[in-house]
Amino acid sequence: MFEFCADPKAIEGLTWAVCYLTSAKHIQFYWSFVTVLLLLAITAPAALAMGFVGATAARSHVAPVSWLGKIYIWMVRGVPDIIFFLFFVIALDQIIEYGKSLIVCENHAWPWQGLEFRVCPEAKVPLARSSAFWHQAYGFMLAVVTFAIVFGAFVANVIYGAMQAVPRAQPETAEAYGMSRAQTFRRILIPQMWIYALPGLGNLWMILIKATPLLFLLGVRDIVYYARELGGSKTQAYEYPHGDWRLWYFLALMVFYLAFTRVSEIGIARITRKLSHGQATAGGEALRRAGA
Amino acid sequence: MSMTCWETIQAYGLRSIGIGENLLPRSDFTLCQQFTLIGSGMLWNLYFGILALLAGFFLANAVALAKSARNPWIRKPAEWFVFIFRGSPLFIQFFLAYEALVLLPKGGIDILGIYLNTAWTTRAWAGALLVLFLNTAAYSAEIFHGALKSIPKGDLEAAEAYGLTGWKKFIRIEWPTMLRLGWPAYTNEAIFLFHATTLVFFSGFPAFGQKGDALYYAKYFADKTFNPFIPYPIVAFYFILLTLAVTTFYGQINKRLNRHLPSNSRSRIRLRPNLIR
Repeated sequence: MFEFCADPKAIEGLTWAVCYLTSAKHIQFYWSFVTVLLLLAITAPAALAMGFVGATAARSHVAPVSWLGKIYIWMVRGVPDIIFFLFFVIALDQIIEYGKSLIVCENHAWPWQGLEFRVCPEAKVPLARSSAFWHQAYGFMLAVVTFAIVFGAFVANVIYGAMQAVPRAQPETAEAYGMSRAQTFRRILIPQMWIYALPGLGNLWMILIKATPLLFLLGVRDIVYYARELGGSKTQAYEYPHGDWRLWYFLALMVFYLAFTRVSEIGIARITRKLSHGQATAGGEALRRAGA
Repeated sequence: MSMTCWETIQAYGLRSIGIGENLLPRSDFTLCQQFTLIGSGMLWNLYFGILALLAGFFLANAVALAKSARNPWIRKPAEWFVFIFRGSPLFIQFFLAYEALVLLPKGGIDILGIYLNTAWTTRAWAGALLVLFLNTAAYSAEIFHGALKSIPKGDLEAAEAYGLTGWKKFIRIEWPTMLRLGWPAYTNEAIFLFHATTLVFFSGFPAFGQKGDALYYAKYFADKTFNPFIPYPIVAFYFILLTLAVTTFYGQINKRLNRHLPSNSRSRIRLRPNLIR
């Protein structure tokens, strides 16, 4: 990156450290933090949307819809989420390719044959000739959808509980005023449920942060991948030879996560305070008294 | 060549702990093989879960008390311990612990002529168990600390009115009430600790001789057959059974902790799915 880094073997001390930490591989490492943040930025709203749909479905009066919603909510209860992660990443890929093969392939054979999953080359996603970027992007996309499905189920559970927690008197009053079911849902239930959902959602946000290293298991080049790559001992054949530094890299990741969760904790506490304004809860009452 | 299911169970039922057939099946994977090997791997999940929970329970009690202490020299370390283990991903904790344990001198440590072997600490059975133990202790300590703080004031005043103070008040009133109030949340913690055991063999700790846990074998089958739709539902099935067993066991203890209360005011265990760590 810098000119004085042209010959890494000739420099030492602080200059060496500066050059080492700005090597091309390290820049990629720093960008992988952006990957993690990007995953969070896409997954959080997606999971919220999935959760909202799931919870609404579970409350539906149409029995099959409500069953679907409830199955979705409870599927994450007894089974470790990492199983879902490993499962969905392959399953989604195969389902997509099978679906595509029905359209683009001439031969519609059942793809799970013996010890392979076989579709015609045109049905591969992305195509074998696509650039490495598309393979990476597709892998990341699968990871995002997987995260959204699994966390959507967590969110659905929280929102379902929150909708139940809104005092019965509120929707009853709305009905007495002549509001329809949809109006009650939109005007009364949704604005009030957030304060009940917030502790659960805050908890989920922390869990989502702490789940991001699992990207590594899903084959994405994330911060864990680079920490292992960069930390591993490098012989003299490398530009910057060093011993096994993985401990220090993982220590850095640990500090990153601790800082991230701590900042989130403080942020969530602020939002809770804000949302408690004017709510018929103990928190809202305390704020009202303090203000008066 | 082909084995009956009973022969498969004999060959692979204890494969995860190194007993039975050495070579894993390589072709013609039968449903029986998948059920048997994945079930065999559950032995490791049980081993990690049960030992970590047992040992973690004691440490959690100590840390919860330390966190409530007035003396900052006792309180601060407890707060930091809980913060570090709850604030960072278990996955990173595993990696970090493994890298740290690897750095211990290979030949062992010589302390005042007593020779300490350290190689075993990098093995999953010891190293990962240590991490899970500390991790569950931190999560449980937070639960028990919260329970300790929410003991009704009246209970403590009543205890004092009866002349109970200090240790006696703690062991007769505070500790049982803390357990009773914290138990539903602690049940969740136990369930999710068992779920967390599936991370062990994916996080730095190698599975020597292909001796791994249930998810390790499920992934083995999924990778070999390119079909995730069979092994993952099998491991999910085993975990649902395990979750039911844990819920029943902890429910029994919950009943015992609540036995003095009128039946309508007992706290019931409600499962809340959360906590990937």
